[in-house]
Amino acid sequence: MRVANVGIVIVSHSPKVAEGAADMVRQMVGDSVPLAHTGGDPDGGLGTDLARILEAIEAAWSEAGVVVLVDLGGAETNSEMAIEMLDEDRRGRVVVCNAPVVEGAVIAATEASGGSSLELVKRTAEELYA
Amino acid sequence: MPDGSAPDGSRIRPEGAPLAGAPALASGGQSIEDSMPTEDTLSGAATLANQAGLHARPAVKLTQLAKSFASRTEFAVAPDGPWIDAKSPVKVMRVKAAKGETLHFRASGPDAEAALAALLALVDAKFDEE
Repeated sequence: MRVANVGIVIVSHSPKVAEGAADMVRQMVGDSVPLAHTGGDPDGGLGTDLARILEAIEAAWSEAGVVVLVDLGGAETNSEMAIEMLDEDRRGRVVVCNAPVVEGAVIAATEASGGSSLELVKRTAEELYA
Repeated sequence: MPDGSAPDGSRIRPEGAPLAGAPALASGGQSIEDSMPTEDTLSGAATLANQAGLHARPAVKLTQLAKSFASRTEFAVAPDGPWIDAKSPVKVMRVKAAKGETLHFRASGPDAEAALAALLALVDAKFDEE
């Protein structure tokens, strides 16, 4: 076995968008990449929740690191806060990706499925905005 | 085919192999070919036969397959390029070649022959979609 593949976390304001993006990753890329998704606030409305983002990072954890795909404003700031709350040894291995959430998740997972490094997975997804 | 060689083996040929009667290298040693490394480059072509062509899902499969080989693998929709890195999911996704178009592949590296054969077989198998 080679070193673990980078994990993917999808954070959207909408639980349906997060779930749908995760479905696309699973169907198009397969299950060789750790994957978790979260969306919506604790009351069931649109939004993002710090605790749930932390859970998602935990669920998709990989020793190779985790990239987080976010949609808008609060998803990004809450994800950054979640990363700051991680243990010191993990904090440096989780990065928010500047890429569209759906396409970015599929592209990041494709790159990750080949065993690429955290840095390369992030850079490849960010090519979408280049 | 007269012999029992692999069914698609005849499509793979060394690129830049000297033609009969071609002039010998200039004694000055300046005859460096194009931009590819001087190690053996193999090339081959396959026509897209699946209905959707090189759409999102086939693009992911092609990228994943290319990444499973150590060799440099590239393809183009014209025999003279421009060449796309087959391991780059974003670049492959942007090609959007349609059914009936021909993909020209070239590979160089330690497992170039296996990589090329596998990529051609994937296209021939319609990306296992139909």
